[in-house]
Amino acid sequence: MFDLDKWQEIFAALKKNKMRTFLTAFGVFWGIFMLVIMLGSGRGLQNAVFDGMKDFATNSLFVWTQPTSEPYDGFPRGRRFYFRNDDIEALRNNIPEIDIIAPRLQAGGGTSSTDNVIRGIKTGSFTVNGDYPEWNLIDPVKMLDGRFLNHLDLLHRRKVAVIGDMVKNILFGKDEDPLGEYIRINGVYFQVVGVFSPLNSNIGFGGDKAQSIFIPFTTLQQTYNYGNIVGWFAITAREDIPVGIVDDKVRELLKRRHRVAPHDNHAIAGVNLEEQFIRVKGLFLGIDILVWIVGIGTLLAGVIGISNIMLIVVKERTKEIGIQRALGATPRKIISQIISESVFLTTIAGYMGLSLAVFLLELINRALLASGADNQAFKNPEVDLNIAIAALIILIVAGAFAGLMPANRAISIKPIDALRDE
Amino acid sequence: MITLQNIHKSYQMGLNPLHVLKGIDLQIEKGELVSIMGSSGSGKSTLLNIIGILDNHDEGEYKLDGKIIANLSETKAALLRNEYIGFVFQSFNLISFKNAMENVALPLYYKKISRKKRNKIAMDYLDKVGLLDWAEHMPNELSGGQKQRVAIARSLIARPKVILADEPTGALDSSTSYEVMEILRNINQEGITVIIVTHEDDISRMTKRVIKLKDGIIEADYVPKPLQNSSLNGSGSRLADKENVTLNIQT
Ligand SMILES: Nc1ncnc2c1ncn2[C@@H]1O[C@H](COP(=O)(O)OP(=O)(O)OP(=O)(O)O)[C@@H](O)[C@H]1O
Ligand SMILES: [Mg+2]
Repeated sequence: MFDLDKWQEIFAALKKNKMRTFLTAFGVFWGIFMLVIMLGSGRGLQNAVFDGMKDFATNSLFVWTQPTSEPYDGFPRGRRFYFRNDDIEALRNNIPEIDIIAPRLQAGGGTSSTDNVIRGIKTGSFTVNGDYPEWNLIDPVKMLDGRFLNHLDLLHRRKVAVIGDMVKNILFGKDEDPLGEYIRINGVYFQVVGVFSPLNSNIGFGGDKAQSIFIPFTTLQQTYNYGNIVGWFAITAREDIPVGIVDDKVRELLKRRHRVAPHDNHAIAGVNLEEQFIRVKGLFLGIDILVWIVGIGTLLAGVIGISNIMLIVVKERTKEIGIQRALGATPRKIISQIISESVFLTTIAGYMGLSLAVFLLELINRALLASGADNQAFKNPEVDLNIAIAALIILIVAGAFAGLMPANRAISIKPIDALRDE
Repeated sequence: MITLQNIHKSYQMGLNPLHVLKGIDLQIEKGELVSIMGSSGSGKSTLLNIIGILDNHDEGEYKLDGKIIANLSETKAALLRNEYIGFVFQSFNLISFKNAMENVALPLYYKKISRKKRNKIAMDYLDKVGLLDWAEHMPNELSGGQKQRVAIARSLIARPKVILADEPTGALDSSTSYEVMEILRNINQEGITVIIVTHEDDISRMTKRVIKLKDGIIEADYVPKPLQNSSLNGSGSRLADKENVTLNIQT
């Protein structure tokens, strides 16, 4: 129930010294403001990073070859070698922990400044990947139109291409339907069978995914005379098997097959994405913990400020409290009054800090959305409702604690001494 | 109503205690109008505070309405004060941010009586002390006499059995003092026990019994010679003429 007498007293007390009330409240305001802003920013970074990795198979690993760094088995150091088609079978047969293998080969272009893809008078410089259909299980794309590569494409070495949306925008007019049309890649005609847009922008392999083209792996090998060379392998581990184990086995097998020194880790390079993923997760956990520590610390400073000010208020009002007690106010009434006052101050200040912080985050979010940047380093810097509510509850509890000591002080004085206070 | 037996009270002042009350024996019946006199520092306020359960005694026995008052919790003491005792202070002790009506109503707030109801009752009591028109005024807009009348209304509102007034006229000029005394006398006529601490001889002579303290003991306990009728009636009738004070408090 709304108790006017109680609130009258609270407002009278707060109004008496506006500056002091303001400064005290500001401590709490700032504490919660900082906490929410930091949590929101942390979340924004996290969203951006994880959003960029979403749908990507994080239980995956990638291996490729580099010149050897040790002489071995009669070969000098610095030998160049390549994975071959028969490695695919060997990996599949010898390492049961492997779930998916997607070999890949990149045709030149994309990085060179000369345009490698031509359609009529329109040209562009794009990355051209020779892929297996399985690639789409590891680094999925969103099909906007048409289809992705399939096994028949590989079997028949079809000259078909799946193009990124940027490729389409560059090579085709706004109202043109690219499906069935032909484009010339490094001098050879390919038929467009699909248009995709990338799902995750944060894991890349050189170049913008939207500016890349998929063609069948086998077609690329044959058309551009790569023989049986494989550029690199993307491999996923079976469920519940750490990628690290697969990683070790894959490298060991490939080293053996290509006569690379057992400890020559330079020759077979790779990335274990699971490891990276866990590392990033750990990093964000660390950031979160730090934010909470700093935020709670700031908040605590604000709350201590409130407690302090309440002590002064209680001291100033000793006589008034004495009068109230002479008139029959029980200690409980006095305590509840002082605690209400402290909770009121903390909650109002905290609520304002919370609102302003949420408002600011929303503003940033809107600005980010409006700018329409694709590869954002900062995305959706939100504070979920649970955290906001938790913060408010913390505030109320903290406010109550802040009032507790002053309240005890108030009733520890005998009524007669309180009345005598000048 | 009030029975004191061998009451002692000392204040700890540094190393040696200051023995203020040195064995007070006193019996005050229901409906008495008593004044306590004595030189400054003789322990008048100390005694009144013990009676009002604002302070505790060290030794002896204090019975209020048959209840032994000893080792009370603050909550219990607050409830007893609220039920039995109304205080009137020399310095009025009104709450500065509450208007006259709200000040009067305050004891009923602690009795958990609804705001509407207690404000209505407060208006009745303000009417009784002749301040109905001043109900909305804040304490700093009232004269000393008006403040004391508000304080008296406040002390009465919870229908206490005893009114304790520590130099209620100490801050007032003599004619205002007489008005306040007249109100207190009228309260007493309704059957409420009234105990007034005062320095002034003429004030004490408006009461029916004088207790004289000296150095912490009762030096004398007597019925005073009433004040000349003329001056008393004079002030009384002035008050009646001016504000038409009629106290009619049902108990
Ligand atoms: N809280 C206290 N602590 C220490 N000494 C006190 C305290 N209250 C009163 N005294 C001392 O006790 C003695 C009696 O005080 P008390 O207030 O009862 O006197 P009084 O008769 O009311 O005097 P006055 O007429 O000046 O009001 C005084 O000497 C005073 O200094
Ligand atoms: Mg005194």
